Amino acid sequence: MSRSQINKIKNLAFKFFAIGCTSVGLIVLLVLLYVVISQGFSRIDSDFITNLPSRMASKSGIYTALLGMVWILILTVCISFPVGVGAGIYLEEYGKKNRFANFIEVNISNLAGVPSIIYGILGLELFGRFLGFGNSILTGSLTLSLLILPLIIVSTREAIKAVPKSLREASYGLGATKWQTVWNVVLPSAFGGIMTGLILAVSRAIGETAPLIVIGALVYVPFAPTSPLDEFTVLPIQIFNWVTRPQAGFVTNAAAAIIILLTFTFMMNGIAVIIRNRFNKKTKF
Amino acid sequence: MAKVKEKAIEGFLICCSLITVLTTLGIILVLATETIAFFREVSVIEFFTGTEWTPLFANKKFGILPLVCGTLLTTSIAIAVALPLGLTIAIYLNEYAHQKFTAIVKPLLEILAAVPTVVYGFFALTFVTPFLQSFIPDLSGFNALSAGLVMGVMIIPYISSLSEDALRAVPKSLREAAYGMGSTKLQTAFRVMVPAASSGIVVSVILAISRAIGETMIVAVAAGQEPKFTFNPLTSIETITTYIVQVSMGDVPQNSLEYRTIFSAGMALFIFTFLLNNISFFIKKKFQQRYE
Repeated sequence: MSRSQINKIKNLAFKFFAIGCTSVGLIVLLVLLYVVISQGFSRIDSDFITNLPSRMASKSGIYTALLGMVWILILTVCISFPVGVGAGIYLEEYGKKNRFANFIEVNISNLAGVPSIIYGILGLELFGRFLGFGNSILTGSLTLSLLILPLIIVSTREAIKAVPKSLREASYGLGATKWQTVWNVVLPSAFGGIMTGLILAVSRAIGETAPLIVIGALVYVPFAPTSPLDEFTVLPIQIFNWVTRPQAGFVTNAAAAIIILLTFTFMMNGIAVIIRNRFNKKTKF
Repeated sequence: MAKVKEKAIEGFLICCSLITVLTTLGIILVLATETIAFFREVSVIEFFTGTEWTPLFANKKFGILPLVCGTLLTTSIAIAVALPLGLTIAIYLNEYAHQKFTAIVKPLLEILAAVPTVVYGFFALTFVTPFLQSFIPDLSGFNALSAGLVMGVMIIPYISSLSEDALRAVPKSLREAAYGMGSTKLQTAFRVMVPAASSGIVVSVILAISRAIGETMIVAVAAGQEPKFTFNPLTSIETITTYIVQVSMGDVPQNSLEYRTIFSAGMALFIFTFLLNNISFFIKKKFQQRYE
């Protein structure tokens, strides 16, 4: 066999190996979904959604976890969105070349790599103990806000960067100030990109478990939270709690709760993709 | 008046960016103060060289090596899975696959990174471990192996996406030159493209390692809570992150020595990931502009 034939065979072999590798990831994903759905789907009914957690697996529900999640979701968006977008605007529009902006850029890329559990430790000490919010919804949302801030800032910057210079110059030419330009021209054009980033970041936040465990989010909350200073639980923590129990019934509950959690996660990711595509089509500069 | 408003808004925007700096300072300050308090009671030498970690028992020992060992074990398994798979996928998508195929497969693979980690923990504990036990009877119910394998699958997209970006940034002329010399796609990929994109690939691997070290829920659910100074993947171990979760779930009184251990463990974790992130940042800044 000639050398070039051997090389061709090697090339073909690698191609099949690579297709195999690509399938591995997708197969694992499918198996995971199958395992979860086959175990948990029959458990989901209206009682499961509206029941409070209970010591008996068959009577337990995710009502408090769902409400906790809604609270956390709303507060986290309210806190992280203005701050993240504000910081993104500053870095991209105002302090582009100075040293301070450069330092902040390094700092943000560092923060994005800090393990989420470390944010939990920060939240526990700073919001929980120092500011005295305890293990409340407020502490949880503040902690998660800091966690997703780097994601929002980075996506805001990308979105703003994509707005062409000519638009800004036209605005300045009409006599607009810097902020008027940002508010009336740059932000509307970058809106789709910013929203995509926000939704992806929030979808990350609702799946987080570790930082909330560290700040002491209660595993057993027998009531639905009514104010930001109430104790709370969220779906991932409820799942973790059920997975770690030995009785079989709780594993079924965990699988059922995972189906609900994954539905939220996939839905948000789907919405983000749709917004991105629609936005890309609409605005052609 | 308009000028005052402009200045006020700029001030607000600066404050927003300053919050990120304050977050970093806050993390360092919180970890450092509690860690210093911790080292007033525990010897530094014991902490770094001791091979037993039993702060929650009556006979307290504070050697962090077992936790570091557990963390390195699960991380190594995860990287052993994710590096070959992720890099092969990146090469395949960039050199072989049709563009339309890439456009479909890439977002599908990225779903792997979007699934909440507690779900992977559930998967590792209730499916992968029993599945592996049918081949490896010695495998205990909680073990580093299945946690590491599942974590490896989770971080595939971190390596494949970033490596693919790095490969795509290599100028087309290099690839065409290789083809012109009669190289196959395989030779072009491994002798031209991968070396040319090596800095980006290294960055992706470092970030994946950092992600694996900090990963919490998979190991907390599936790898066990027994700090052991071992590299045997078949037994139950404990990682730094799991230990922090374990203490947070328990009834350890605040301001006690046991409570402070989570800060010293957290400090170790923070330093590991901080170093890795900065190395990757340095490589990115230094080497990635060669072709621009």
